[in-house]
Amino acid sequence: MDSIRNTKAIIKRELASYFESPVAYVFMIVFIMLVGFLTFFVSRFYESGQADLRGFFFWHPWMFLILVPAAAMRLWAEERRAGTIETLLTLPVTVTQVILGKFLAAWIFIGLIVALTFPIVLTTVYLGAPDRGAIIGGYIGSLLLAGAYLSVGMLTSALTRNQVISFVLSLVICLFLLLAGWPPVTDLMVRWAPEWLVRGVAAFSFMPHYEAFQKGVLDLRDFAYYFSVMIFMLFGTHLVLENRKAA
Amino acid sequence: MLAVKQLQKTFGLIHAVRDVSFQVAQGEVLGFLGPNGAGKTTTMRMITGFLPPTAGTAVIMGHDIIHAAIPAKKLIGYLPENAPVYTDMTVWNYLGFIAEIRGFTGRVRTERVQQTIETCRLDTVKHQAIGTLSKGYKQRVCFAQALLHDPPVLIMDEPTDGLDPNQKHIVRTMIRDMAARKAIVISTHILEEVEAICTRVIIIRDGSIVANASPTELKAKSRAHGAVELTVKSVPGDLVAKLERLTSAARVEVHPPQTTGGQMSRVVVYPRPSAAGAAIAAGPAQLAPDILALVKANPGWELVAMKTLEGRLDDVFRELTEPKN
Repeated sequence: MDSIRNTKAIIKRELASYFESPVAYVFMIVFIMLVGFLTFFVSRFYESGQADLRGFFFWHPWMFLILVPAAAMRLWAEERRAGTIETLLTLPVTVTQVILGKFLAAWIFIGLIVALTFPIVLTTVYLGAPDRGAIIGGYIGSLLLAGAYLSVGMLTSALTRNQVISFVLSLVICLFLLLAGWPPVTDLMVRWAPEWLVRGVAAFSFMPHYEAFQKGVLDLRDFAYYFSVMIFMLFGTHLVLENRKAA
Repeated sequence: MLAVKQLQKTFGLIHAVRDVSFQVAQGEVLGFLGPNGAGKTTTMRMITGFLPPTAGTAVIMGHDIIHAAIPAKKLIGYLPENAPVYTDMTVWNYLGFIAEIRGFTGRVRTERVQQTIETCRLDTVKHQAIGTLSKGYKQRVCFAQALLHDPPVLIMDEPTDGLDPNQKHIVRTMIRDMAARKAIVISTHILEEVEAICTRVIIIRDGSIVANASPTELKAKSRAHGAVELTVKSVPGDLVAKLERLTSAARVEVHPPQTTGGQMSRVVVYPRPSAAGAAIAAGPAQLAPDILALVKANPGWELVAMKTLEGRLDDVFRELTEPKN
């Protein structure tokens, strides 16, 4: 039971450290205002005449591109910069417990921010009879996407002691994974890469899996995809930390 | 309680630590000395399980730090260099977090944190964010973190670095107070500290141990050990010549008032090392009586004080660690 207690202690500490700095509140306000603006004015929520949240969920992958790397960048980079990684990893905890604790804390933090968009859902329910399945599916997909971004952010944060480098790296990787299936990206590859590679890269893309959830389709394969991305990235984080703790 | 066995660490082509072995028993305070970059911090990081050794291991009360890391870490309290703690947390919350990881829950946890705060004299700042505290307090918070679970083995990397004399005194008093119940390793390059609190000294140079002895034994290796220092108002013309003629004296050094800072001159007489088979009278032990006899025979010398020097750790440290050309 030690491992659960330790992970819980880490989650509590990390969450508290988000809310002890004003950054958390800035994130929340900016995210909610921006999502509201994009949904209502750019996606023309009212003019579309449909009580659904497509225009709302459409923006999540792009908003997360900034929000998630920013929330993840300090997780390890700051521990390295301040040297607290030494105090932390000489406590009777395993690296896995710490990684899980930090990951879950950041995920809960992002989940909280996403949950604060509930007025948009209430508005839609008030205005019409939206497909509840699509809304629930949309939120689940959104959270899983955030988790996948976050696991990338964890890895880049573990690689450096500089938060800015971590932020930029994870933004670029996430952007690539987001766009990998899009024609402009595949077109670039088609000229020189074999067919199987182009398809392989396209299959790694976040987007097709995300879109399935928005339709209210909960496919086990999409869950498996997101969880494999997370496990892969967190495993990479573990390797990096084991090999370059003092770097 | 702590056994370090043939620890080695290489970073690429650099041998940071090569074959370091030693043991520390309960009640011992081991001073870990060496110039910067000698491998002190790397050794401590391997003992505490932060860095994996290239070869060798450390065993803490029967638990191997590599193969039984968690049980071993439970028995260690570690104060890393520069006292890294979470600056955004308050002292109370930080120690609460450490207590939770150390396995204390509920009321016991609260009591443990309060008790540690009192031991480390942090009561007045317990609700302040650590980042707002002075360096001395920050150091003590990290010290508190290492002590919270009352560990049998305590490893401290430069615990008094950067503190003012009063703060140093507090930390040293705390270490001395708990020394009897624990095995303690302290790295430092403040030699007065070693004399103040350590029962044994290990000197490390380029990753290897070059000395392992008590401070007294080490001082005995110093050039000045057994030398006799005379303080005189002025140096009479015949004094140096007469001292040099003693069979037990090897060399006489005169420090005039300008270099000693006071009104007096100091004359240091170094003993002749006792050679094997030599007459007993010519040994270092004979030096002081010889000089005393000489002083009595020359009432004109205005002698103010006379003492036998113990030798200085400083000299031994330099001799053992200075790069040889």
